[in-house]
Amino acid sequence: MLNQTAWWKYLVILIVTVTGLFYALPNIFGSDPGLQVRGARGLAVESSVLQRVESALKTEGIAYKSVLQDETGIKVRFRDDETQLRAKEVVERALGTQYSTAFTLLSGAPAWLTDSGALPMYLGLDLRGGVHFLLQVDMDSAISRARERYRDDIKTALREDKIRYRSVTLNSNGDLEANIRNLEQRNQAVDLLRQEFPDVRIVEDENRPGLLLGQFSESLVEEIRTFALEQNLTALRNRVDQLGVAEPVVQRQGDDRIVIQLPGVQDTARAKTILGRAATLQMHLVDEKNNASAVESGQAPAGSRLYRFRDGRRILLKKRVIYSGDNIIDAAASLDTQTGGPIVSISLDSAAATINSRITAENVGNRMAVVYLEFVSETKRDENGNMVLDEQGTPERVTTRIEEVLTAPVIREQLGKRYQIEGLDSVDEARDLALMLRSGALAAPVEIIEERTVGPSLGQANITQGFRSVTVGFVLVLLFMMVYYRVFGVMAMTALALNLVLIVAVLSMLQATLTLPGVAGIVLTVGMAVDANVLIFERIREEIRNRNSPQASIHLGYDRALSTIIDANITTLIAALVLFNFGTGPIKGFAVTLSIGIMTSMFSAIMVTRMLINWHYGGKSVKRLRI
Amino acid sequence: MEILKQQSNIDFLGRRRIALIVSTALLVTACTGFLVRGLNLGIDFTGGTLVEVGYQDPVQIEAVRAALAESGFDDAVVQYFGTPRDVMVRLPATFTRQDASAAEISSGVMVALRKPYSEILVETSATDRQQCTRNQDSLDCSVQMRRVEFVGPQVGDELANQGGLAMLYALLGILVYVTYRFEWRFALGSVAALVHDVVITVGVFSVFQLEFSLPVLAAVLAVIGYSLNDTIVVYDRIRENFRKMRKQGVLEIMNTAINQTLPRTILTSLTTLLVVGTLLTLGGEIIRGFSLALLVGVIVGTYSSIFVASPIVMALGISREDMMPVQKEGAVADGQP
Repeated sequence: MLNQTAWWKYLVILIVTVTGLFYALPNIFGSDPGLQVRGARGLAVESSVLQRVESALKTEGIAYKSVLQDETGIKVRFRDDETQLRAKEVVERALGTQYSTAFTLLSGAPAWLTDSGALPMYLGLDLRGGVHFLLQVDMDSAISRARERYRDDIKTALREDKIRYRSVTLNSNGDLEANIRNLEQRNQAVDLLRQEFPDVRIVEDENRPGLLLGQFSESLVEEIRTFALEQNLTALRNRVDQLGVAEPVVQRQGDDRIVIQLPGVQDTARAKTILGRAATLQMHLVDEKNNASAVESGQAPAGSRLYRFRDGRRILLKKRVIYSGDNIIDAAASLDTQTGGPIVSISLDSAAATINSRITAENVGNRMAVVYLEFVSETKRDENGNMVLDEQGTPERVTTRIEEVLTAPVIREQLGKRYQIEGLDSVDEARDLALMLRSGALAAPVEIIEERTVGPSLGQANITQGFRSVTVGFVLVLLFMMVYYRVFGVMAMTALALNLVLIVAVLSMLQATLTLPGVAGIVLTVGMAVDANVLIFERIREEIRNRNSPQASIHLGYDRALSTIIDANITTLIAALVLFNFGTGPIKGFAVTLSIGIMTSMFSAIMVTRMLINWHYGGKSVKRLRI
Repeated sequence: MEILKQQSNIDFLGRRRIALIVSTALLVTACTGFLVRGLNLGIDFTGGTLVEVGYQDPVQIEAVRAALAESGFDDAVVQYFGTPRDVMVRLPATFTRQDASAAEISSGVMVALRKPYSEILVETSATDRQQCTRNQDSLDCSVQMRRVEFVGPQVGDELANQGGLAMLYALLGILVYVTYRFEWRFALGSVAALVHDVVITVGVFSVFQLEFSLPVLAAVLAVIGYSLNDTIVVYDRIRENFRKMRKQGVLEIMNTAINQTLPRTILTSLTTLLVVGTLLTLGGEIIRGFSLALLVGVIVGTYSSIFVASPIVMALGISREDMMPVQKEGAVADGQP
């Protein structure tokens, strides 16, 4: 018998439809404004915090829809934006700086849905509003800083082993050059360095006796790069946490880039300052024996270097770093109770605390300087503002090193784990510096090379316009198909509606990001998915014209159109896949929905319409097809 | 309802001369456009800064321009974006400032745009007020940040390169697939038709100096997919006819195939144009370029699958023998014993 559907196809269609509806379901519930409370610096949120949040909201008379605690923290749901806004202030005041409170959107889907893994689609920043940054990590700077560190370590090692050297420098290739005249000591040095620094290849220069070359192995350079990227990711994650953003994304992209996405953030100026800064502190003792003004023109005495205060005054500091920002485990900004000026209170780790108490004990009456150190990485420009390219055609970067002495107070007594620094210009500066010290230093300076910010009003407008486009497009095609193919048209549109459900379901399942171009891809799919049905139906009409029976025409129509549909869709899929691979933000979103749409449309336009038509006509004696 | 009650019998290939003239004229215009006017590349490719803001009330462009110039943004291109309340400011990648890194320029622009309006106190909706409070700057409620885009010059260059490469890869992939499924003459014919469509679509953007942005590039790549879809349907029928119509010549076989698929070609173009038209009118300003590229591409793609793709296969000297090696047909249809 022609035009009967095999039982297993019913089963497949049933399973796919039910699964599709289940996963698409969470999207119809919309979302509520909410707050997300998380522990700062990855600290866990204890259950007592939940009670503190609830009681704080109750005391202030702020109504909330629900509150729950899961592994990501505490989530409070509100009726409207204004309550959410007031609640944030209240919760922040109640919890202090140990926790970060962020605005978020919480899905209105019931718990039994979300618990079983059915989540609403993940909206892209162009739909929900927020900012996207692409950061370039200056790897050259990371490597050259590592080389300098090795140079200093080698000097120290030689000194400690009482090997006399004339100089240890870095040459233009970035190799270390140790100049040791004494032959015996040189051999001794080779052994020492090979043992202490196995990553560095030590070779003797035949042409220039007395010179030892230290070459960095490829694997060491690679290690430095990986470490710099990882360290930067960690520091940036910490900073993003401090910004109070729900669901932030901090990800590496390629070898030397980092993507940061902050949904719901509009104050990009502050975000930029905090993410882009590679700032840290270093403590030095002041060289009290020599006078800064005396050495201004000539060379600074060995072991000392000339620094400047912010206002341009000079000061001579000992080169040796007592400890740096890496040793700081906590920092908080506040106002000095006596002077009223902004200060940063600092807590040190135990290693630095020991050093601090020893050094300060030995140097009571002397001064200790706090040096603010910042690396700024920028694309090099010529005088016309154009990029400067190197031989490989990649843009050259310049790293500027900013060193300023914040303050150099006299050590009055032995210090320990905690102390305060002053000399900052404003409260904002103190706050940002404290934040950067808390989150850890960037191992390599970064530059923001791309920013895309979408305001909340535009995001909402994009959603409205996208939704309207899909609906209107669908209705227009629906009307057209119904007028043109009558019964068959209705079936094609039923299949198309299922196709839309399936696209939404697959997007929700994959938690792929839905962007505005992605919505355009869905709209386009509505237009193109009916193509398969048009091909089939036109073929059926042809077969009728060729005097085939109605049942045979249906059968032949589907049969003969199949290879055409597959060929046509595979070629479109090739284009979509190329788009996906090319994919940066907007294009990727389009490619994703287009590819999903093509695949689901093959299912709905061929299998589902066939089933519907078999139901309607199959096994009956049909005189004439209403097509 | 049917557009064509009987199968049409139009001599499409007999008119290939006319098609050649039309296509050549269009291609020459497009290429002249490139050479003379170039492409009006968006900041996605050139790099630069774009700030879109919405004012509470309609504003004078001159006033905005003056406010920007006062703050040192003389190079800014200022224009309305859709309505006289919405203003778009663009700065080239070469614009630099002493006191700010490239990424911080947009913040400076926002400050400058807020300045002349800071005295005006206006009634604001709850969401606006919330946004203002979140910004911790309650003075700027008459100016709303809609969108900020900053693209560093290196990113722009990369995107332009990657875009060109993507186009190339798509064409290559299609060449391979069509050669595998059909024959090399068909592959060349389809790719020639695609290049034809791409050049003309991009040409429209060049001649009318419309902004060529990343979404427009995506649309052009989608046009490749769409136009190919159309072409493959016709080719499929040509292949089928070569096997069925043993007595007719090549020209007649191809003509019949185009006529047989004509209703489908028209219908699918219509439904696609329906939704593209919807996107163009309702999709908003941001995807207007995208929709426009699709609109042009769908029209040109439909034309090329009839008048360009098949004539080229014929011109390359296809014969019945080339199509004879019997290929396996598609899967077994349902309902068969």
